[in-house]
Amino acid sequence: MAHFDKAFPFSNKWMDQRLAVNTLQKVLSTEYWIPKNINFLWAMGMILAATFGILVISGIFLLMYYIPSTKEGFDAVNYTIMSEVGYGWLWRHIHGVGASLVFLIIYIHMFTGIYYGSYKRGRELIWLSGMLLFVTFSAEAFSGYMLPWGQMSYWAGMVITNLFSAGSLELNGVVEWIRGDYVPGQAFLGRFFMLHVLLMPLIIMALIVLHFGTLRIPHVNNQDGEEVDFEESAALWKAGRKKEAKIIPFNPVFLSKDVFVMGVYFILFFYLVFYHFEFAMDPVNFDPADPLKTPAHIYPEWYFLWSYEILRPFSKDVGLIWFAFAQVIFMLLPFLDRSPNVAPANRRRPFRCWFWLLLIDMVTLTIMGKLPPTDPTFAMIGTIAAWTFIILWLALPFITMKEKLVGGKK
Amino acid sequence: MKELKVLFVVILFTGITYYGVEPFAHHAMHKQVDANGQEVIYEAKDFKYPDLKAVTAKGDATAGKAMISACTGCHGIESQKIKAPMDASMSAGAYGVNPPDLSVAGAIFDEQFLMNFIMNPTHASMVEHKFKGGKVYPMPVVAPDAQTAANIVAYLKSIAPKMEEVTPKEAFVAACGRCHADRYGKWTQIGDVPTTKANIVTHQNPELMKFDVKVAEYQDHLAKYMGKLPPDLSIMIRARSEHFMEHFIENPQSQLPGTAMPRVGVNEEGYAKVMAYLEETGDPSKPKREAIGPWVLGFFFIFTFLAYLWKRSQWKDLH
Repeated sequence: MAHFDKAFPFSNKWMDQRLAVNTLQKVLSTEYWIPKNINFLWAMGMILAATFGILVISGIFLLMYYIPSTKEGFDAVNYTIMSEVGYGWLWRHIHGVGASLVFLIIYIHMFTGIYYGSYKRGRELIWLSGMLLFVTFSAEAFSGYMLPWGQMSYWAGMVITNLFSAGSLELNGVVEWIRGDYVPGQAFLGRFFMLHVLLMPLIIMALIVLHFGTLRIPHVNNQDGEEVDFEESAALWKAGRKKEAKIIPFNPVFLSKDVFVMGVYFILFFYLVFYHFEFAMDPVNFDPADPLKTPAHIYPEWYFLWSYEILRPFSKDVGLIWFAFAQVIFMLLPFLDRSPNVAPANRRRPFRCWFWLLLIDMVTLTIMGKLPPTDPTFAMIGTIAAWTFIILWLALPFITMKEKLVGGKK
Repeated sequence: MKELKVLFVVILFTGITYYGVEPFAHHAMHKQVDANGQEVIYEAKDFKYPDLKAVTAKGDATAGKAMISACTGCHGIESQKIKAPMDASMSAGAYGVNPPDLSVAGAIFDEQFLMNFIMNPTHASMVEHKFKGGKVYPMPVVAPDAQTAANIVAYLKSIAPKMEEVTPKEAFVAACGRCHADRYGKWTQIGDVPTTKANIVTHQNPELMKFDVKVAEYQDHLAKYMGKLPPDLSIMIRARSEHFMEHFIENPQSQLPGTAMPRVGVNEEGYAKVMAYLEETGDPSKPKREAIGPWVLGFFFIFTFLAYLWKRSQWKDLH
């Protein structure tokens, strides 16, 4: 049994004896060290956390009025929330725009990690937990997209669940098992509703904690991939020699920059919410689900288009194989990159070409993924981009194996 | 500066992606092509209908009034206390669709269109493809000559309210409302949803049930007549672009070849009224968005400025 001194209830001393609040504060904020040599891309993590928070809050408000029913869901979203609930339209537009922007920031965050080599030398678990977050966010986005029960909800649900029949294996039983019916219906909607508002958010929250945890020991990377002696630098900082220390505390120094970047981001965010929200809400989904009428074009939201375009140019089975390849290959990045260098891509040749090619290729795939495949030019560009994606990843171990050692710091 | 360079790269790639998946993709998806795959561009004509032959005959409203019984055999004119001979359901049983009340017709429809319509309805409304091989359009040609048509239109214009006095809903009901419901506006093809209350003891609302049965029967006839039940228009302005709506209403065949939707012949002001109604039911938050938006953005500009000052104070001694 620990010894407790007399202290005024809820005073700092009282709390510290019971909850070690002072230690916690040091460990989690004032002595959680971040390298000083960073740019605004290092704020993307906190922006993601903030956006997720906004999605949770707006989601809670929407959940109060949404009805998970194939008969009432559409009008609950488009009528009840949009015109009867005070500021319901605001929460919905925040939720829709947030869902789109969270993926934009995830992609920026991911490519920042790839560019600076932040998945190597002890940081493998950061990358893996991050990719698990990407997968769960994808599931969260997809399940949420089912809820308004519009034309695109219904037909996207049809197409995506059909993937589980595994092409020529025709595992239709699996598809029925997932849907709870032969076609998307009430059972399907109820299940995806549960996934969207309960199971996926729980898993995401757990993974966010894990993601933060994986950062603790290897620490955050810096702009030059330099191996920083955090203990030495911490001592310098605490001695007041701030200019010599290569680090800054999370709170308040790193946070002050994060909050500034967040402010800029929120200006964009709310500009989109008030003046340009249509980009995040596909017009097709404002037609109620109609099993008798397939839309002329079925396409996912923009953040899934690149992987959709890897599925599309090939025959059924081959397409599914490459689609599966695209889903898991990012996970393997820390093991496919054979080079010991932790440095910005621009100092690593030929990895530098690999990085920019991959980025351009992903943008190309994304754009082609939305264009009608009936146009032969677009179809050809899409096919080339899909092959480029596959070849880039297959070539990665070989082009990184022979990479010359570059100094961590220039 | 390095940070600005990084920002430039981020904005560049985001911008290209946005352009590709939004404006560019939507243009490519909604391209109109002919049988040979050549792009056909239909240009809006401000609801003027220049393809119809111009009627120059000068209409005489008094002569038109004397002729009007030719119309009121099927149509009502509420404003002149002329009731339609049959109610909506019976009309639909007889004609497939309820003929419109003509009270505001002279205001919201184009004059040239109306005259052409009276002389040759299927041609003016572009549904000749539907009424061939013995199928008869429900409205007969009561006035094959231009002078009679001009007289009737002159009469309709003389009794029509001024455009400013026509409410968006009246325009919508007259132009669209007999085929299209608007459930968010509580409008059905046969009229407004009754506001009768449920019996507090039985929780039943028999009046509403009777009304629902009538709507269902009307829709049966309508769906048979049109080939399918025309869509509810509650949030159509969010499901279709403004560009599409304008071109489609002016010339339905130009956007959806073969569609059963007739060209209704609204004039520019009539179209604006219809769109105002669709916006009321389909995008009711617009005025609120416009009122609150600047305040929220203003807040975040101040927030960002203060955050910048904080950042500068925290980072000033670090390098």
